[in-house]
Order: sequence, then C-alpha cells, then structure tokens
Amino acid sequence: MLTKRIIVCLDVDAGRVVKGVRFAGLRDAGDPAELAALHARAGADEIVLLDISATHEKRGILLETVQRTARALMIPFTVGGGIRSLDDAAAVFDAGADKIAINSAAMKDPSLIATIAARFGSQAVVVAIDVKRTLQADGSGTYFSVKSAGGRDATGREASTWSKEAQERGAGEILLTSMDSDGTKDGFDLELTRVVTAIVAIPVIASGGAGTKQHFVEVFRDGGADAALAASIFHFGEIALPELKAELSAEGIPMRWPC
Amino acid sequence: MIAIVDYGAGNLTSVKKAFDRLGMESVVTSDPSCVRKAEKIVVPGVGHFDTTKKVSESGLRAVALDAISRGVPLLGICVGMQWLFDSSEESPQTTGLGLFQGVCGRFPAEVKSPHVGWNQLHMRGRSILMDGISRDSFVYFTHSYRAPIVPETCAATEYGGLFSSAVERGNVFGVQFHPEKSSDVGLRILRNFCGILLC
Repeated sequence: MLTKRIIVCLDVDAGRVVKGVRFAGLRDAGDPAELAALHARAGADEIVLLDISATHEKRGILLETVQRTARALMIPFTVGGGIRSLDDAAAVFDAGADKIAINSAAMKDPSLIATIAARFGSQAVVVAIDVKRTLQADGSGTYFSVKSAGGRDATGREASTWSKEAQERGAGEILLTSMDSDGTKDGFDLELTRVVTAIVAIPVIASGGAGTKQHFVEVFRDGGADAALAASIFHFGEIALPELKAELSAEGIPMRWPC
Repeated sequence: MIAIVDYGAGNLTSVKKAFDRLGMESVVTSDPSCVRKAEKIVVPGVGHFDTTKKVSESGLRAVALDAISRGVPLLGICVGMQWLFDSSEESPQTTGLGLFQGVCGRFPAEVKSPHVGWNQLHMRGRSILMDGISRDSFVYFTHSYRAPIVPETCAATEYGGLFSSAVERGNVFGVQFHPEKSSDVGLRILRNFCGILLC
C-alpha cells in the first residue's frame, strides 16, 4: 500500500542549518549533510532543504551544500529557495537534488513550471505555496491568500486556484504551507489542506503547525494530505521519528515502518 | 565496469552515487563504444517514454540488444524498465525492446497520478535481483505509467490494481521503483545486480 510520507525540512543559510537545531550526539548540529543523514536513519521518508540565504554570493555555498547532502542520502531529496530560472534549477539538479521547489518565481512567471517539467519531468517539480488567511476586500469573510517572497507580498491569488493552475502547468507535487499555523505548534491548517487536496490530483505536502503526533494523524485522516513536513520539532527531538511512525501505524495510517 | 546509459533523461548522478557507495566502478556515458565494453549496463530513466527514442537514435539500442545476447546483465530503472516492454501508451509511436510482452499504461482514474512515494513489493517466485529482500519491503516510486503483470514479474505492487514493480528474465532485469532512492532495500537490490556474473 502507498504510504503517507513524513518529510523533514532543513532551513539553510550560508551552508548552515538555522532555525532551531539542538541535537544531542552530533559533532556539528548545524551541518545539513550530517543532520539529513541522521533523520534518514531515524526513518524520514524524504528530506527538503530550503535555502533561505538572500544574497547571490551565497548561492555557490548552497550548491556545495546540496552536493554534500545528496551524497549522504539514499532517499528523495528536494531543494528549494531562490530558484528563478531553468539554469538555477539545472545547477541544483546537477548538484544531486531529485526535485526542486519553486515558489515566488513560479508566480512571477508561471511558464517556468512547464519549462522545468519539460526538461526534468513533472515528478521533479514541486510548487511551494505559502498561504495566509486574509480578509476579503469587501470585508465579507476570509480567503486563502497566496503570498510570495517568503510571505511578504500579497499576490492576489487564492490557494486552490493557484494549486490547480500549478498542476495544469506541470507541477508534480504541491508543498502547502500555512503561514498562520507555521511555528505555532497548534496543528496543521486542516481546512486549507482539505480545500487544496480536494481540487488537485497530484500529491499535497502539508506544512506548518506540527506540534504533536496527533497533529500528523489529523492532517492525514482529516486533511487528506499525502505527506506532512516539519522542521524544528524533529531537530529539537520534541518528536522522535520512530515513535511518530509507530504511532501513526498503530492509528491505521499507512507508514513506511519499520523501514 | 558498469555503464549507466545517459540518453538525456534527467538526473543520473544519484544512480552513479549509489554504485560509488557500493564500491563499484561505474561511468555515466552516451558513447556506444563505451557501453559495448561494459560488464553491466544500467538504463536509468525519469520522465517521458518518448525520451527512450534517443537510445535508438544514438545506436545504443543495437548495442544493448547485442550485449544482452552476449549475456551481459542489463538493468532498466523506471522508464528504463518500461522500455524493456513492447511499448507505452505514453508515446505509442515509440517502440520498446519487446523483451517482455505488453504495453505500459496509465493508472485508473480512481487513484492519484503520478504514483509518488513509498510502496511495497509483493514477491512472486524466485529472483536473483530480489535475493535477501523481505516480503512487503518498501521502495520509492515516482511514475505516471505502469507495466502489466507478466510471467516474468518477480515483484508486484498494488496501486489502482497490481502492476509489475520488478521483472527478471535471464540476464535482463527491470525495476519500476528507484533503488538509488530506496534506502537500504534499494542498496541491497543494486548490490545483488552487481553480483550477477555474465550469464
């Protein structure tokens, strides 16, 4: 049976994992390759590395980091952050990524999705969508507004229509982040996840808000997510991957466990 | 030496990296003379069935068939496995090698496509490639078309019905999943392939 996936995310700046890494037994808690390998051994189904460095000079460091991390892994490996063109994507694939995640650049030029998919296949293109619940212009209620540039700019797009468009243009997966839930540890945004999984036929990765094992049960069972992504709870060891996967299995959620 | 056939279909570094990890010498090549000399051949593949046309156009099809007839072990991965069948609905005008009979087809509408993620291997009969792999082991898939069950199917997987996740006939092997992305299970399968001698 096809399993639901647990994805560990590494936020990287200038070759170092940032945003809360406190791991016992590591020589260097901030090294992406070492951390990725540790999570893979613990049962992560996939690793996502997001480059959050803003400057161009740091791109070279990113490629070296991707190369080292890819060498340490034998599970799927996605890289995102700052990919603006086919050439950017090609460099990241050359460095060993299996998939790339694009966000702002895809909204600025939606044809980029098809361009990268035509060369590397749809399975290699993840469209990342950051969503914030926003008041309608007429004040009649809220809608799922898509943000770009790391969540700063409003794009005028709505999450489900943009997800559908991304699929039609050749995206292989949607990485859906709730900015309202991100960092709260109050659980995934189940309504958002449901709205998007109902409209697209491609896998949806839910992200933002994971705090307990039960939150993962909910996002798979009630949200219909195909995969769930989290970062700091795994880095801090708040949730141990083997325990999480064992509990999800016991709840009847198909898991790669034992693996 | 293992030749990893490069026909312009996506990222081959992960396949090479897996052989490096096993300590096996391999080269990524599109040069027919290099493939002709290889002790083992891997036809990887991500993407469209149509890209396999480039194998034929570059003369590698004849080289591969000749190597197979000489007993050289050949492993097709993903689209590389589908290429071992007659053809695929994905690109009906492109002919496969026809070493396994049948047409690769789409998943039924009731399941999401592509089939992405970790799914299980249900073993069927004896297999050299699957030696030491436990029943129901998990491997990583990412594909939109699948090969039918044939007499040579040595592992089947359930997703909108059963399909062939591994086939084996003499010195010709195919896997629909990505062993290079399938952690320890995948590494064991590649190690089994490396251990197969000229038949």
